Amino acid sequence: MNPSEDPANPLEVDARGLPCPLPVIRLAEAARNAPAGTRFVLLASDPAARYDIPAWCRMRDHKLHEMAEVSDPSGPEDPAAAGARPRYLRFVVLIGPQPSKAGGTGTGSARSSRAR
Amino acid sequence: MLPTARTTLMAALDAGWADPRRLYAEGRRARALLDQAREELAQGLGVRPAEVSFLPSGPAALRTGLQGLLFAGRRRGARMVATAVEHSAILTTGRYHAAAAQDPSLFAEVPVDPSGRVDLSALERAVAVPGTALAAAQSANGEVGTRQPLERAHALCRTHGIPLLVDAMASLGRDPAPEHFDVLAGDARSWGGPSGLGVLVVPERTRWRRPGPDSDLEHARTDVEPVIALALAAAEAWRSTEANRPEQSISSSAIVRRLRTAAGDLPDVDVVGDPDNRLPHVLTFSLLYVDGEALVIELDRRGFAVGSGSACTSSTLEPSHVLAAMGVLTHGNVRVTLPLDPIAPTLDDDVSRFIAELPDAVAAVRAHLGASDL
Repeated sequence: MNPSEDPANPLEVDARGLPCPLPVIRLAEAARNAPAGTRFVLLASDPAARYDIPAWCRMRDHKLHEMAEVSDPSGPEDPAAAGARPRYLRFVVLIGPQPSKAGGTGTGSARSSRAR
Repeated sequence: MLPTARTTLMAALDAGWADPRRLYAEGRRARALLDQAREELAQGLGVRPAEVSFLPSGPAALRTGLQGLLFAGRRRGARMVATAVEHSAILTTGRYHAAAAQDPSLFAEVPVDPSGRVDLSALERAVAVPGTALAAAQSANGEVGTRQPLERAHALCRTHGIPLLVDAMASLGRDPAPEHFDVLAGDARSWGGPSGLGVLVVPERTRWRRPGPDSDLEHARTDVEPVIALALAAAEAWRSTEANRPEQSISSSAIVRRLRTAAGDLPDVDVVGDPDNRLPHVLTFSLLYVDGEALVIELDRRGFAVGSGSACTSSTLEPSHVLAAMGVLTHGNVRVTLPLDPIAPTLDDDVSRFIAELPDAVAAVRAHLGASDL
């Protein structure tokens, strides 16, 4: 059994402080070649992540298991938020079946999702 | 702005400079010109001249329209209802209104489906709540192009006795003027007129009153004097744009279809908005693993001016509330708004070049982020 399938011990990607679209990219990099069922935790503070992680899961057939707002009492001071505790979002994502990228040409995936 | 509207504007600066409330010859001439512009626009909108007021911008007309409905309906309550994809002039006013009264129930945002169309049953539930004074809906969204079902929205508002404020800032000049509204707001830019002119329509049947002291300007609907030359240029642009609208709609729709197909062929793309029931001249898509700001700059370098709803391109660093409400990808967003034919005579060739260069531009931005093979 892959250790990352253990809900108590998921793989974590910390993208706090990174602007969009880097949280999605960091998560996609980490999830590259991950077997179906792998569980990832993503931490992100960029406001776009709230919308883009669910959209990424929809476009790539992954499952967004959980999305929660977290206030971090031990986090670094946020100079932009005068005294307020930094807040970020915590996502739990279950990776869906992924096509093998072996022998890929490096020009990007051929997937595309048309307007629904 | 249309070239003919510009000519009118320049001529009108000479002819219509005087205060239209004065009795000397120049003042009377200015009055006559203003009345003429109002009559032409009223006729185009299918309303009476006395129902049309000129305001300094579309958003100003929208806010004024909202405030007058709220004030006139104050005995019934102070609650506002709006779709989640309305213009920020509506949404920020509504949120402020609720926050200032420390009562979140005073502003309700009605959800939309993934194409951007309002959920009519949620709208009906929202306007049925006691204390509701008004509802706001746009004729079509200027970011994603999706049209709203105004006839049905207006009918269900009417059932509950709630006035409907319609924002037609994106559709006037591109689609037929809305018929189903209690107050209507528009902006002359959408039909090729000048910046700095909004239109507010308050039909006689609508209970509407501007809060604040009485004004003798624009049927008591504003205390800002309209710039007569802008009103004349807007009327000239309306004449020209309305005369060409059927052909314009066909040619714009054909270009948007080409662009939608080309965008849909890109890897990892969300082509956004209703594919058919939409404005003829707006197209939006979002690209996975693309920095919207970098793509706008890359396209600008290649000679294309596009908009974006991505957070990194906005002054607030928040993504477009329209894309967010629809649940579509907000990053890597590109918005193409086609100009009117008289403004861009080489549009067809420009679009062909855009379609040819877009895949390269996207690949360059993805490669820069190390996201070519994700």
